[in-house]
Amino acid sequence: MTDMNGRLPRGGDAAAAARRKHAGVTRRSLLASAALLFTASGAGAGVVTKVLPWKPNEAYPVTPVVPGGYLFFTAQEAAIVDAFVERLIPTDDLGMGARDAGVTTFIDRQLTGPYGGHDWLYMQGPFSDKPLPSQGLQSPLTPRQQYRSGLAALEAYCKANFGGRGFVELKADEQDKLIGAMEKGEAQFQGFSSRMLFSAIYANTMEGYFADPIYGGNRDMVGWKLVGFPGTRYDFRDVMAKPNQAYTLPPVGLQGRSAWGGR
Amino acid sequence: MARRLPRKDVVIVGLGWTGSILAYELSRTGLEVVAIERGPWRDTATDFNIGTAPDELRYGVRHDVFLRPRQETLTMRNNASQTALPIRKWGSFLPGNGVGGAGVHWNGQTWRFLPDDFRIRSHMIERYGEKIMPEGNHIQDWPVSYDELEPYYDKFERVLGISGKAGNLKGKIQPGGNPFEGARSSEYPTPPMTQGYAQELFTKAATSLGLHPFPRPSANISVAYTNPYGCTMAPCTYCGFCERFGCANYSKSSPQTCVLPALVREPTFEARTDCEVTKVNLSGDGKMATGVTYVDANGEEWEQPADLVLVCAFSLFNVRLLLLSGIGKPYDPVRDEGVVGRNYAYQTGSGATGFFADVKFNPFAAAGSLGAALDDYNSDNFDHGPHGFVGGASITCAYTNGRPILYHPTPKGTPTWGSAWKKAVHENYQKVTNVGAQGSVMSYRNNYLDLDPTYKDPLGRPLMRMTFDYQDNERKMANWMAERCEEIAKAMGAKTTQVNRLNGPWSVVPYQTTHNTGGAVFGNDPKTSVLNRYLQSWDVHNVFVMGASAFPQNAGYNPTGTVGALTYWALDAIFDYLKSPRALVQS
Repeated sequence: MTDMNGRLPRGGDAAAAARRKHAGVTRRSLLASAALLFTASGAGAGVVTKVLPWKPNEAYPVTPVVPGGYLFFTAQEAAIVDAFVERLIPTDDLGMGARDAGVTTFIDRQLTGPYGGHDWLYMQGPFSDKPLPSQGLQSPLTPRQQYRSGLAALEAYCKANFGGRGFVELKADEQDKLIGAMEKGEAQFQGFSSRMLFSAIYANTMEGYFADPIYGGNRDMVGWKLVGFPGTRYDFRDVMAKPNQAYTLPPVGLQGRSAWGGR
Repeated sequence: MARRLPRKDVVIVGLGWTGSILAYELSRTGLEVVAIERGPWRDTATDFNIGTAPDELRYGVRHDVFLRPRQETLTMRNNASQTALPIRKWGSFLPGNGVGGAGVHWNGQTWRFLPDDFRIRSHMIERYGEKIMPEGNHIQDWPVSYDELEPYYDKFERVLGISGKAGNLKGKIQPGGNPFEGARSSEYPTPPMTQGYAQELFTKAATSLGLHPFPRPSANISVAYTNPYGCTMAPCTYCGFCERFGCANYSKSSPQTCVLPALVREPTFEARTDCEVTKVNLSGDGKMATGVTYVDANGEEWEQPADLVLVCAFSLFNVRLLLLSGIGKPYDPVRDEGVVGRNYAYQTGSGATGFFADVKFNPFAAAGSLGAALDDYNSDNFDHGPHGFVGGASITCAYTNGRPILYHPTPKGTPTWGSAWKKAVHENYQKVTNVGAQGSVMSYRNNYLDLDPTYKDPLGRPLMRMTFDYQDNERKMANWMAERCEEIAKAMGAKTTQVNRLNGPWSVVPYQTTHNTGGAVFGNDPKTSVLNRYLQSWDVHNVFVMGASAFPQNAGYNPTGTVGALTYWALDAIFDYLKSPRALVQS
């Protein structure tokens, strides 16, 4: 079903693969129970009758992201993203910031999956050049295109306006000022909306900082610890029994905890 | 060219709540039933496994279990002078997909509408006169009464095992329940959920204000339960992964937990998944349905003949299928004629956010239906005379979740990033609660559904176009409710409050509610309804259409309880129809 696991998209569609998988399972069940129906209703349908389709270990797990290197970003792009996300969520006395939490790796892997191509969204034209704000997303640019073009435009803007320095060479207060201008749409990049780039990095940074560590960000569950979110414990009846009291167990992710050999 | 399959007694379009209930009840009588579902088969152990289910990014943010807009979406505009554009990414509402439908990812708040809701037009005019009715409204009485539906509400609640506390048992008001509710024939099947600290504060504050709080009825059930179909459920663990997620605990009522285990054992039932019904086929004179055409996962087209066609998709897609099939006259807002697409409605959301000092609300310990509610300002439970609006809202203090990608509240004025933002997120996560008003939306001439002239789905069929905006009546109501919510939040001891008003045009971007109603409404007059009071098409009598598309306008509650009651109500009519197929009401 999902292909949010950070692998490069292969030929074909994850949903179609899942459909085939379902059809395969049910076909087997069917052959055991009601073979006639199979010939009657066609191979393109998942047919379920008489028994629930079931195969052990058939849950669709996420493939954990293994940090190290980049699949989409160039080294220069990754350095810009590293510097950018570190300003959005800085390392300070409350703990690691977004860079150290692995947010750049998180974004890189997301961009190589279906999210990066807006694979699940409606991307048929025509694309209006004057959409109403109430009509939401109307750009033909996928996240991969937004990062590729947007980061190049940001870098060109920095070189032109900061004496040849790139974004990573700016001082922190210069970076903050520029990010603030991008957020308001006031920074005029050549050929790319600075606000669109800000919005993409901002949304992905929040995701990467607070998503399950299985996706490559939120290292040591730092985002969860910042707020006190216990993760995937999935049973808080003890909390309901003791209202208005601090929860003391440490967080757990889909891969467990580091003390258990997880990440 | 579609290949023709052997005839079935009944074909069901969509295998969610309504489709699975009808499939079970009809196939257990020996009828040959096939359900055709455009999404995949889904089940608890395979698809909502505990090792995969609690994943905010995958389900909450990337919308893994929802209908993918690539497969089908709608176009939208706020009024007819604008050009509608496709909803490329879901936001304001989140239609389900696959077996279980939206019954997989819902929160589980399972209400009965109030007796006055069913005759709102007559009631409001009787009490306040014509002048209270908003301009351009299409408000209609329902063609059924609360009393007629009561036994069917009861049946649906028993199948789901709903947790709650009765407030009115056979006319006797019960302490701890909702005193405004219509008379119930019996207590809820399971006791109410355990409430948290915020609900404790809300309940005390509301009571001190003279209001009548109660634990809201929940399909995240409080204790183990076996339903009348022999399906078993386990108690909710307050894991905080309901809305947008499948439940790994068998604790949230869904077709998977409550119906499918029984349904699949019926030997005359068959489900075909990953098959999209493209139209309901009609006889030459257009008066009878002959079955449906569908396209399977390989793109092959099939014709499934059947004697009875039950349209059981999500409300919006029921309407589109009727439009694409030519069943019923499409609504024309210019002439104010026709019926299919007429009376589309939605809901309002408004309220107040309270920031507290020295509390630990533990928002992660939550459930989709956890919450305390009050109905003092719903329907016509209060005097509308001084306010000049129609409608009302259920007011709730609830935690559905504390999942941190989407939930990390900060007070207004906090920077959106940087160390100051980080500090505010750290300090406020435990200290914020919301008092929210889920309000009714009336039906209007200018809010409607039709087919889009430009945008198509991957099969080349036109997308449906939604023309909708909140009207003055709804803004007035929602903003008055927001002030009531703020009073309660202050009485709860909030240090500061922020009022969330309904301003600006309706937008597809922020999530609001998936309670889309109308477009194929039922009624007593074929000029203003698509279906008769038994949810049977006026035009094609072997077609019945389930779901919230039948609501003449929307109420201040989640719709699923009423959708379920109407399904069982229609089922009795379908049994009668099968004995002697005919129009059950003469037009």
